[in-house]
Amino acid sequence: MSETIVGIGTRKGLWFARSEDREEWRVDGPHFLMSEVLSLLFDTRGGRTRTLVGFRSSHWGPSLQHSDDLGATWVEHPDGSIRFPDDTDTALKATWQLVADPHDGDVVWAGTEPQGLWRSEDAGETFELNRGLWEHPHRPEWGEGFGGGAIHTVLPSPATPDSMLVAMSTGGVYNTRDGGATWEPGNTGIRAYFMPHNEYPEFGQCVHKVARDSATSTRLYAQNHRGVYRSDDDGVTWTSIEEGLPTNFGMTAVAHPGRGDTVWLVPIASDGERIPPGAQLQTQRTDDAGATWRTQTTGLPSRSYTNVLRDAAGTDTHDQPGLYFGTRNGEVYASLDDGESYSRIAEQLPDILCVRAVTLS
Amino acid sequence: MSARVVLPGMLRELADGAAELPVELADAAPLAEVLDRAFEPWPILATRIRDERGEIRRHVNVFIDGEDAKRVAGVQTPVSPTSTVHVINAVSGG
Repeated sequence: MSETIVGIGTRKGLWFARSEDREEWRVDGPHFLMSEVLSLLFDTRGGRTRTLVGFRSSHWGPSLQHSDDLGATWVEHPDGSIRFPDDTDTALKATWQLVADPHDGDVVWAGTEPQGLWRSEDAGETFELNRGLWEHPHRPEWGEGFGGGAIHTVLPSPATPDSMLVAMSTGGVYNTRDGGATWEPGNTGIRAYFMPHNEYPEFGQCVHKVARDSATSTRLYAQNHRGVYRSDDDGVTWTSIEEGLPTNFGMTAVAHPGRGDTVWLVPIASDGERIPPGAQLQTQRTDDAGATWRTQTTGLPSRSYTNVLRDAAGTDTHDQPGLYFGTRNGEVYASLDDGESYSRIAEQLPDILCVRAVTLS
Repeated sequence: MSARVVLPGMLRELADGAAELPVELADAAPLAEVLDRAFEPWPILATRIRDERGEIRRHVNVFIDGEDAKRVAGVQTPVSPTSTVHVINAVSGG
């Protein structure tokens, strides 16, 4: 018997939806009540069952904690897992991203606000700042989106251990090919309409989320602040794949974990109208790497005025992957048929910031 | 003489339930030193009140005998051996 757990990070705490059959769900929580839960990782490598959570209290600051018993107890490092070194004269604001390294079973990566990339060699208990990115000469020109300036996407290459992509809003995409020693911007082809003097700058783009194709590791998809793009050269150059979409605006992008060329987006009408297109909550799925898109609405509400934030969508690790996303009005939807139909598995929660799922056997 | 550092209810579990922490002082000392000494056994509690630069968090207020330390000299504000230091979450949130 397997159990699927959907971690639901909200503006006021963390909940778990649990199910043995992915049909009947029970929701328990909250953990970390009154804290913004921005990042979550279920780490099942090497026989562990570790839940890592990055959150912040508006009063008491950021924290990163882990549980090895699925939330029954939590552990916090006494000195803080992520602390900026003294010479940076910087304080951590929040951890926005937690990612398991595909090559080393003890390595976890974290992306933070302000824009820092961190590496842990002890499965997320302590982290070290990546100096190559922190000391990048472009740093003074990186901007802050509404939520703050953070490394919100961390994508280590599953094929090449020394390659990784990170993304930020604004700032855009940066790549390393030498294990993080040096970083180069990778934004060629991504339009920055909000910089009218130079709409195709080397960096400064507002990339909202990047997802890596599960079959072709050098193929990536980016949901931009206006614009949807694909890269076929591991995040260096990008071409538009927005034709056929109802809108080019959105926050999230999720790649199918077992099938290449398949990606979901959750479109938003525009940057000036942050509601679903036509007030119909929907996913857009491509099965051909963005050449065509299909609208998926079955089971999703119409006359809906909510939306889905950049990390509020993910897939589980079941043989037949389930897709999950959470809305800003506290609902979580699940699909077991690649988005063809959805059912609501949680409601009446606070504003949902992140969703991650795992299936445990 | 001991200054007293009084904790808000929601942080007391991080100090084994203590409502206040005494800090022996012979003479006046900066608030930073008083907080360092008060929280030495409970480093997680210390991170809730000050960031890694040592600054009091934006939405935490620390009053020394009724004076808001942020309006005086921040963590350099002097604390006397008879002072009462209140740590309070600011009136903010949604």
